[in-house]
Amino acid sequence: MKAETNTRSLSAAEIDEINAELPHYEDKSAVSIEALKIVQKHRGWISDDSLVAIAEYLKISPAQLEGVATFYNLIYRRPVGKNVIHVCDSVSCWMLGSDRLSEKLCRHLNVKPGEMSQDGEYTVLPIVCLGACDRAPVAMVNGELRPDLTDNIVKELLGE
Amino acid sequence: MATMDRPLTQNIRTGRAFATLEDYRKTGGYEGLKKTLADLKPKDVQQWVKDAGLRGRGGAGFSTGLKWSLVPIDQAPAQPRYLVINADEMEPGTFKDRLLLEKDPHQLLEGIVIAAYAIQAQTAYIFLRAEYRLAAERLTRAMQEARAAHYIGAHILDSDFSLEIHLHTSAGRYICGEESALLNALEGKRATPRPKPPFAVVSGLWGRPTVVNNVETLCNVPHILRHGADWYKGLGRGADAGTKLFGASGRVKKPGLWELPMGTPIREILEDHADGMKDGYRLRGFLPGGASTDFLLPEHLDVPMEFDTVAKAGSRMGTGTIIVLDDKTCPVQMVLNLERFFAQESCGWCTPCRDGLPWTVTLLQDIVEGRGRPEDLDTLSRLTRMLGPGNTFCALAPGAMEPLQSALKYFREDFERYIFQNRTLKEAV
Ligand SMILES: Cc1cc2nc3c(=O)[nH]c(=O)nc-3n(C[C@H](O)[C@H](O)[C@H](O)COP(=O)(O)O)c2cc1C
Ligand code: SF4
Ligand code: FES
Repeated sequence: MKAETNTRSLSAAEIDEINAELPHYEDKSAVSIEALKIVQKHRGWISDDSLVAIAEYLKISPAQLEGVATFYNLIYRRPVGKNVIHVCDSVSCWMLGSDRLSEKLCRHLNVKPGEMSQDGEYTVLPIVCLGACDRAPVAMVNGELRPDLTDNIVKELLGE
Repeated sequence: MATMDRPLTQNIRTGRAFATLEDYRKTGGYEGLKKTLADLKPKDVQQWVKDAGLRGRGGAGFSTGLKWSLVPIDQAPAQPRYLVINADEMEPGTFKDRLLLEKDPHQLLEGIVIAAYAIQAQTAYIFLRAEYRLAAERLTRAMQEARAAHYIGAHILDSDFSLEIHLHTSAGRYICGEESALLNALEGKRATPRPKPPFAVVSGLWGRPTVVNNVETLCNVPHILRHGADWYKGLGRGADAGTKLFGASGRVKKPGLWELPMGTPIREILEDHADGMKDGYRLRGFLPGGASTDFLLPEHLDVPMEFDTVAKAGSRMGTGTIIVLDDKTCPVQMVLNLERFFAQESCGWCTPCRDGLPWTVTLLQDIVEGRGRPEDLDTLSRLTRMLGPGNTFCALAPGAMEPLQSALKYFREDFERYIFQNRTLKEAV
């Protein structure tokens, strides 16, 4: 479903959601980031076509929007798996062994960090401190916080 | 403990997911706002908050009342003014605003409305980091409740004051927390910092007068208006007023977050509240207030957590969330982890930071991987000065140098062990 919506034009739902943001700001270009996030929510990632579609809709240059899109860590300019797992690699989680856990998870899924698994199911990405350092090590699965991870990380995150 | 002693967390209770509007009202919620709109002029509110001695909880400790008083509110014709709430919380080791956002969203909303009234802002933006999804849900719900109860929207509580609050969720980048970069992010641009002056209070969002305040800062405000400046000052144990969320992470028995009086000694936080080190580990040092503060040592345990005293001890209270270094974690590798973060999150706008941070990472990596040379330590020291205060466009790079410069001072032997033992080995072959 995600692939076929990767077109050069925005869907009605996407346009509605973007329009809902417009009155909150003094000018149209201010919704660039919101728009990128909305389209990414529908399509999984931001392809070149998606980028151009948003830029045209907001009447800004694709180059300007590309500058914005590449600036932020959570706008994906490459396809990601259906499930995105973010493992915190910042200081408190690192101290409590997050790199070992992340390696273990990647080995299980047979991926490198940032790479999509062959079946398109998973992408594992490092992420900066998730603001839950008292529950380190911590990860996020599809946006949901998973604290207090242990060497059973595979089971804890994938339920396998 | 009486809830008056810990106003910020009084509504956070075990067995309760978060405080609803009803829960919040039961402990006096929105009374401060009522008093404000009924009895006080904007300048009065500024004065109350100044008199209370509230200092910014985003890390720098600037007087909140003073910041508000710098906003031009009398000029004619009236122009838009903005209040921006900094809920970006991305500094490694920091996890205090999350609690306030998730557990008691109305406390923040009341603080926002009072602050917006004090600076006569018609619009407020909550700039929330992308990953705080639960906070976004609860804030959205709380905003609907508050609107229905006429605490936000047009003619709040039948007064002349109107305020719209918008929730903006970020797309993830540490530099967005820097207030001028945050304004660029809100305008939909790359979040690079702006030159200062002009300061945001005069020319901020879309060139309008704008105040940026941290979440925890604003959560203090309703209580000051409810109970008064003298009461608030009396909460502190030393020079600073009020309470603060203090936290500890790392190898302590009970990592966590506690609301305690300003001026609580670090020893009390780490030994009484965090319950000391985990069995088999000893305290080697700590960063008192997040990733961008200088290391302190066990000899500093009796330093009270207050802005000026921690500064005198050679560090900063920062965000008040302590990162503990134990005796089995290598301080050099810990600093490498921190500098990797800062290098990755540098916005790349100014040369010393853009080039200096990756260089710092390379040098540290060489050292821990056994390729370090004796002169690298001098180079690292030189970098801490080149990227220090005054030499870069914003405070990210100087903040990045704080743990490094203090590690070079306090844990020099750890650096040297990598460099010289490997060297001896190589020479011996
Ligand atoms: C790189 C960098 C990141 C920052 N991140 C945050 C943050 O996440 N939250 C915050 O409140 N302040 C952050 N600050 C401080 C803000 O620039 C600003 O001082 C603060 O929001 C002001 O609010 P206060 O006066 O209420 O403390 C950061 C500063 C720098 C230099
Ligand atoms: S110090 Fe770093 S983060 Fe700050 S403006 Fe310069 S490059 Fe950007
Ligand atoms: S360091 Fe991992 S959540 Fe803060």
